[in-house]
Amino acid sequence: MRITVTVDGVSYSDEVEPRTLLVHHLRDALGKTGTVVGCDTSNCGACTVHLDGHSVKSCSVLAVQANGCEVTTVEGLARDGQLHPVQQAFHDNHALQCGFCTPGMIMQALDLLADDPDPDDAAVRHGLEGNLCRCTGYQNIVKAVRDAARRMSPGAGPEAEQVDERSLVDRTPLHLGGGE
Amino acid sequence: MTVEVGKARRRKEDARLITGAARWTDNIRLAGMLHMALVRSPVAHARITSVDVTAAVRMPGVLAVFTGRDLAEEQGSLPCAWPITEDMLAPPAPAVAVDEVNFAGEVVAVVVARSAAEAHDALEAVDVDYDELPVVLDLEAAVAEGADLVHPDLGSNKSATWVYDSAEAGAGGDVEQAIAEAEVVVARTFRQQRLIPAFMEPRSVVVDPTPDAVTMWSSTQIPHILRWMLAATVGVPEHKLRVIAPDVGGGFGGKLQVTPEEVIALVVARRLGKPVKWTETRTESMLSAHHGRDQVQKVVVTAKRDGTVTGMRVELLADMGAYLRLVAPGVPILGAFMYNAIYKFPAYKFICHNVFTNKTPTDAYRGAGRPEATFAVERIMDELAAELGMDPMELRRKNWINHDEFPFDTVAGLTYDSGNYEAATARAVELFGYEALRREQNDRRANGDPVQLGIGISTYTEMCGLAPSRVLGALRYAAGGWEHAAIRMLPTGKVELITGTSPHGQGHETAWSQIVADRLGVPFEDVEVLHGDTQVAPRGMDTYGSRSLAVGGTAIVLAAEKVLAKARTVAAHLMECAPDDVDFSAGTFSVRGTSTTMSLGDVVVAAHVAHDLPEGVEPGLDSDAAFDPDNFSFPHGTHLCATEVDTRTGRVTIRKYVCVDDVGKVVNPLIVEGQVHGGLAQGIAQALFEEAVHDEGGTLTTATFADYLLPSAADLPHFVTDRTETPAESNPLGVKGVGEAGTIASTPAVVNAVVDAVRHMGVDDVQMPCTPMRVWKALQAVGGGA
Repeated sequence: MRITVTVDGVSYSDEVEPRTLLVHHLRDALGKTGTVVGCDTSNCGACTVHLDGHSVKSCSVLAVQANGCEVTTVEGLARDGQLHPVQQAFHDNHALQCGFCTPGMIMQALDLLADDPDPDDAAVRHGLEGNLCRCTGYQNIVKAVRDAARRMSPGAGPEAEQVDERSLVDRTPLHLGGGE
Repeated sequence: MTVEVGKARRRKEDARLITGAARWTDNIRLAGMLHMALVRSPVAHARITSVDVTAAVRMPGVLAVFTGRDLAEEQGSLPCAWPITEDMLAPPAPAVAVDEVNFAGEVVAVVVARSAAEAHDALEAVDVDYDELPVVLDLEAAVAEGADLVHPDLGSNKSATWVYDSAEAGAGGDVEQAIAEAEVVVARTFRQQRLIPAFMEPRSVVVDPTPDAVTMWSSTQIPHILRWMLAATVGVPEHKLRVIAPDVGGGFGGKLQVTPEEVIALVVARRLGKPVKWTETRTESMLSAHHGRDQVQKVVVTAKRDGTVTGMRVELLADMGAYLRLVAPGVPILGAFMYNAIYKFPAYKFICHNVFTNKTPTDAYRGAGRPEATFAVERIMDELAAELGMDPMELRRKNWINHDEFPFDTVAGLTYDSGNYEAATARAVELFGYEALRREQNDRRANGDPVQLGIGISTYTEMCGLAPSRVLGALRYAAGGWEHAAIRMLPTGKVELITGTSPHGQGHETAWSQIVADRLGVPFEDVEVLHGDTQVAPRGMDTYGSRSLAVGGTAIVLAAEKVLAKARTVAAHLMECAPDDVDFSAGTFSVRGTSTTMSLGDVVVAAHVAHDLPEGVEPGLDSDAAFDPDNFSFPHGTHLCATEVDTRTGRVTIRKYVCVDDVGKVVNPLIVEGQVHGGLAQGIAQALFEEAVHDEGGTLTTATFADYLLPSAADLPHFVTDRTETPAESNPLGVKGVGEAGTIASTPAVVNAVVDAVRHMGVDDVQMPCTPMRVWKALQAVGGGA
C-alpha cells in the first residue's frame, strides 16, 4: 500500500506492507532511529510518538493507519539547535541514564503536560505509568516533568511541540558539551 | 585541584540521548546486510530427533538456514571463565543446540534472510522434532536422591560445592561449636526468587566480516572480555576481531555475557561473507538472556541472650540453570564474603552447592551474590531481634564494627578499610523520624487498624571495586580485575581520555572528564572520553561490579600523573630550572620562588613539535596506566523503609523510604544520586514485584512485560536520599562505587518492613515478591488478617 506520512515536518510517500508497524516504518524506511523498540506487547512505551498531536505507542499502530497523519518524534522537538523545554528539563534534572526509554518518556511527558499543564508528583507518576524505565527509579523523571511544566507555563500543550514563538522563548541553547 | 570533582555536572552523554541521536546497535545498517532470526525450543528438556529446514529455505527472502549440526564445529562451547573448584562439572554449552535442548528458549536453528520480517516469517517453517525428557526445575528436588538429571553424562545435578570455614581459614572460630554452645539459635530458609535483568534496550549484534578482519557491534557491557572470549571460542584470531559497544541501553549485569547469539552471528556472517544483524524481541530477551538470583539460603545465627552474635552458618543452593555461563559459578561466591556484613560474627561457615536445572542459565544481575547475602543477614538480624525481644536497630548497634575499629579483619577473610556505620545510621534515623513512626506503629497495633505500619532496617555493606587480580586468581577466576586508562594530549591543548571501562548508562563520559579536568587543570569541555571499541580503547576489563570509578577512575589518575611527570621535566628544561623546582597548579607550571610560568598547553606543544626537548626525552606527552587495586572498596549505609500493609487485602504500600549511603568521595553527586535511585527501584522490585515463573513443563510464563512486573513510576515512592562521606583507603580518589548499593540494601529493608507490620499477628516471614496474595496468605496461615 502507498501511504503518505508527515514526520517531524517532512512529508514521506512510501510503499508499505499492510502489516508494517509504524515504529518499523519510522526506523527502517525513514531512518528515524530516534524512536526505539523496547518490547513486543506495548508495555514499555519506548516507541511513543505523537500522532496528530497525541501520544501513541508506535508499536501498536500500523503504518497504514498513519496515512495522511502528522507524526512527531523525539527527533522533531529540538529546533534550530534549541532543545525543547522537556528535553532541557530531562538534561538538567538527570532524568536519564542509559537513555533508551528517554525518547518515549519525553514524548509521553509532552502529552501529559498537554492534558495537565501543572501536574503534581502523583499525576506525573500516573501519567507516565505506561512508560518503563529500568535505570532511574523515575524520581528524576518526575522532577524533570514538573520542571518542564514550570518552564512551559503558561500555554503548555500540543502547541509546545510546534515552532511556536511563545515556547521558543523558553528554549535554552543546546549544551552539546554538557555543563551546569 | 578539586574544582571539578564533587561538582554536579550535567551529563555530556545526554545531548545525543534526549534528541534521538543515540547510536544503538539496532540502528546500524550496512550495505548488503542480512538479518538473522532464531528458532528456539518450546520445551525445557528434550532430545532433538530431527530438524527439517526444507520448507524454511524456500521461504521468500531466505538465504540460509543452519542447524546446530551445521555449525557444531565452528561454534565451539560458550565460555565459562569461573571454574570455582578444580572438580567443577561443566557441560558443553553449544550456541545452537545440537543433540539436546536443556531449557525452553534455547536456540535450535538459525534463519538468515534479506529482511528481519522475512527471517521471522521463516521461523515457523523450520520443523523440529523433540523427544521430551524429564524436566528438572526445583532446586531442592534437583539435589535429592534419585533426581532426574539435567545432564545425565555428568552424573549429578551438582556442578560444584564450595566451602569457606572461618576456623580453617584462621579468620575466626568454629561455627559448629558456636551452635553447640549458643544461648539462642535462629534458623531460617530464605528464597531468592529468579529475576530477569530486563535492561530496556533488547540485545542486538551486527557482524561485518570483511576479508581483512571482522567487526562486531554488540549491545554488551564487556567489549574487551567479549573479544578475548570470542577469539578463544570461535577461533577468529584476536587481532582480526574488533568489538564495538556503541550506545548500550542498560545492562545491570545482564549484558555481562558472551552470548550464544553473538557467537551465532559471528559464525554465520563469516560463513556467508556478508554483514549480519540480529536484534532480539523482548520475549526472546526474557527467555534467553541470562537470569539472576534464584537461590535457596539456609541460614543459622547464634547469639548470647544479651544480643551478642556468636556465629553464622550459611548453606546455599544456587541455580545455574541449564549451562554455566560466563561468571555464573562465581556469583554466589561473591556473596560468601558478605554474609557477616557489618557485624562482628566470631565464627562463620559458608557452603554453596551450584545446581543445574532445565531453566534459562543464570549469571550476574546487579549486585551478583551480594544482594542475596545482604538480604539473608539483614532479614535474620530482624528475626534474631524478635527472638530476643530487642529493637532490631539496637541489635545492630550492639554487633556492628565501630568506627574506631577500622581497618577491620572480618571473619570472612576480608579487610574492611573504612566505614562509619554510626554516622550513616544516625543521619538515616533522623531523616526517617524513627521514633515517631515506632509510636504510630504501636498506636495502630493497639487500635487494631486494618492497615498496619511496619519499619524495615537494612544496615548494609558490600564489596565493590572488583577486583584485586590476586584475589580473583585465588578464587580461580580466569581474568584479572585491573583497569586501564590512556591520555592523549593533543597539540591544541584538547585531551582524549581512553578508558577500558564500558559505560551503558553510568555517565563515565562526564565523570571521567571531571577527573581529568581536575588532574590536568584543563576545562571539562576540553576532555573527550573514548571507550567501548577495542580498536580505540584496546585494553580494558569493562564495566560491572561497581568497579569503574574505583578501579578505572584510579587508572585515569595514574595516567594523568604520568603526563604531568613528563610535562614537568619538559617544562623545567624550557624554563631552565630543575624539575624539583617546578610547581604545578590549575594547568600552569611555575618555577618556585620566581614569576616564571608556562602553561600545560605550551608544554604540550613543545613536547609535540619536539624542537627542544631534554636529552633522552621522547616527543609527546601521551601516557597510559593500569591500576590493580590492593583491596576491594566497601560502601555501606543505612536504609529505612516504612510500609503500610492492608491486612484485608495484603497490599503493601511504601510510605517512606530513607537511605543514607556512604560511597566515599563523590565525583559527581548528580550521577551518584541517580545510581542510588535506580538501584533502589530494582531492589524494591525484587521485594515486591518481580519474579520469573516457570510452569510444570519448564515454560517461562513471565516472558513479557505484561507478565513480568517491572515497576512503573506509579509503583514506586519518592526516595529520601543522603550521604555520609568516609573516604576509601584503597584508592587515591577515596571512592568506593555506587552502582549496586541501592539494589543490595533495599530488598531486605522492604521485606523487613512488611514482616514488621504484621509480626504481632504471628507472621515471621513472607516470601518474595511480597505480592498482595503472598501477604494475605501469610496472614491467613496464622489466623490473622481482617
